[in-house]
Amino acid sequence: MNVSYTSREQIEVYRFSLPTAILIPLLALFLQAFLPLRLHFFEIFDLPLLVTIFMAVSRRNPATGLLTGSVIGLLQDSLTHQPIGIYGIAKTVVGYGASSLGVKLDVENSGSRFLLVFGFYLVHQVIYLVVARGMVGQDLAWRWGHMAFAAFCNAALAVPLFMVLDHFKQRG
Amino acid sequence: MENLLTRHRNVTILVVVLFAEVVGLAVQVKRTADTDSSRLIRVWTVTTISPFEKAFVAVQESISDTWHNYFYLRGLRSQNRKLQEEIEQLRLQQVRLAEDAGQARRLQRLLGFKEQFIAHTLAAQVIGSSGSDMSRVVYIDKGAGDGVLQDMPVITADGVVGKILRVFPTSYQVLLINDPSSGVGAILENSRLQGVIKGTANGELVLEKMMSDERVEAGDQLLTSGGDQIFPKGLPIGTVKKVSPGKDVFLNVQVKPAAELSRLEEVLVITQVVQRQATAQEAQTSVRAVDILASRLPSVPDNPRLPSTGVPLPVGVNPPAAKTAGTKPSPGAKPGAPGTAALAGSTAKPHAKSGPAAEAQVTGGAVKVLAPKPKATNSTAHTPASASGGFAGVPAASAVKKPRPAKPAAAPAVPGAAIPATQKAPVAKPEVGSGATDSATPAPKAQKPPTGVAQNPPTATPPAEPQP
Repeated sequence: MNVSYTSREQIEVYRFSLPTAILIPLLALFLQAFLPLRLHFFEIFDLPLLVTIFMAVSRRNPATGLLTGSVIGLLQDSLTHQPIGIYGIAKTVVGYGASSLGVKLDVENSGSRFLLVFGFYLVHQVIYLVVARGMVGQDLAWRWGHMAFAAFCNAALAVPLFMVLDHFKQRG
Repeated sequence: MENLLTRHRNVTILVVVLFAEVVGLAVQVKRTADTDSSRLIRVWTVTTISPFEKAFVAVQESISDTWHNYFYLRGLRSQNRKLQEEIEQLRLQQVRLAEDAGQARRLQRLLGFKEQFIAHTLAAQVIGSSGSDMSRVVYIDKGAGDGVLQDMPVITADGVVGKILRVFPTSYQVLLINDPSSGVGAILENSRLQGVIKGTANGELVLEKMMSDERVEAGDQLLTSGGDQIFPKGLPIGTVKKVSPGKDVFLNVQVKPAAELSRLEEVLVITQVVQRQATAQEAQTSVRAVDILASRLPSVPDNPRLPSTGVPLPVGVNPPAAKTAGTKPSPGAKPGAPGTAALAGSTAKPHAKSGPAAEAQVTGGAVKVLAPKPKATNSTAHTPASASGGFAGVPAASAVKKPRPAKPAAAPAVPGAAIPATQKAPVAKPEVGSGATDSATPAPKAQKPPTGVAQNPPTATPPAEPQP
């Protein structure tokens, strides 16, 4: 039996125009690469992850969500010096999870968006660390305090950001 | 089976995509040492992103320049005055260092040491980063075709930044020294203990391989040791911040980087390092503080000079270059600027063409030129090590020192007043109209200026631009 915490009216499926679907992730990648040089604290944010979550919950299609996450993750990987695929794997899982959860939860209000991003940021970081340590052999430390703080910051940024991105959604 | 896949279509896609990514990752991990199998996607992404980054940086720079150069000029006069005073202090300090450097060169020559000179650098602007605190890399705005190769060191005026990791058509990827995969051979400036500087996951620097019984204290300066075959010896890395007992028998030494790694704007890529022995000529040239002051302040009286023979030269033997009678500096020449040639005891015209005739006319004369500090923001800067902040064991003065000022032809004629070692004028042809041959010491041969010095012969050539 399918359990859903949303009414039928609340389950709106959105889509994005092709230019929007391409430009928003690219803009997120660009800002992520550019802003930390000028605003050092910005390094704590993960704009590509926020865009992945937003697109996944808006489309509410797990296949599209995971593919979106995969592409954004791989592009993010290509800006680093590490093997390509670490962010790709993490964001694929997040994209799949966010779009699957978006079918069952009301993701239009700010509170649920905050919690959603907070949770998925932690999931993303755990997957990243597991892959980076287990497969790539990187010596990364588990910094739980820093991770929780970063999750909080990303969730706080996600609320206004998603409001802005809502304007680019089109009813499917 | 087909029905099962259709029913669980999303999960199937997830598994397939994850499998592909894991396999791709595994292939890269295995092949890391051999080839860069992921180069194509990196090139595409970087080539797509970097033009926007360059454009944003250019716009930001122009706005900043306009604001700071035309509007926000508060306190500029007082700042200018302070800087002038600082320049005076630095000039005096430079002369003192030159003496030390000359002595060091002589000793190095005696011992057959080889020095590393930074012969060529490329200035570049930082335009982007990885955007991840797990990967500490930045991108600079020069690309393939600028002559930069993998593993070339990247520095700022403050110290070491990192090394070139990847070369892209429109940019270079620089691995910072605070990345966990980075490593720099380091040496403590005072105790000469050697270790390895590594980055940590949270972007800090640690000095590894320091035994717990070794004496390392907070505040100790760390320089590159040159042992990694990437960074030339003597570049500042940072300062020891904290020392605590570490694992096993090693110390846990935290280091504060000399360069502001989180606020990088402009960097220098060292594209050429020359290794050679110091020459005797380099060791013999030096400039005294009074010479520098005399060239800049016409009111300062000339001081007697002690030549190598110990006999002081009469006052006026070495007139200040700026007020040498009968000779006007060439138009456009500034006091103390490169190419400002004051020709004493010669009939050479300031703009006479270089050549044998011109050389003969200035025999016995020399040129005193103070080269300015090279600008690091030049797109291409031939920067000797010393010009980049006194790196690589090269004395700072060597880069800004020029051939000695002109000496009147009559000067060496004073009995016993040989041209001192520190005054050996680069006489090109002593046999022509010079009193140099009358002196107790034969006039030296044309002297090769030290590394980093503009190769202007002491002739009446037009003022040449310095080659920093």
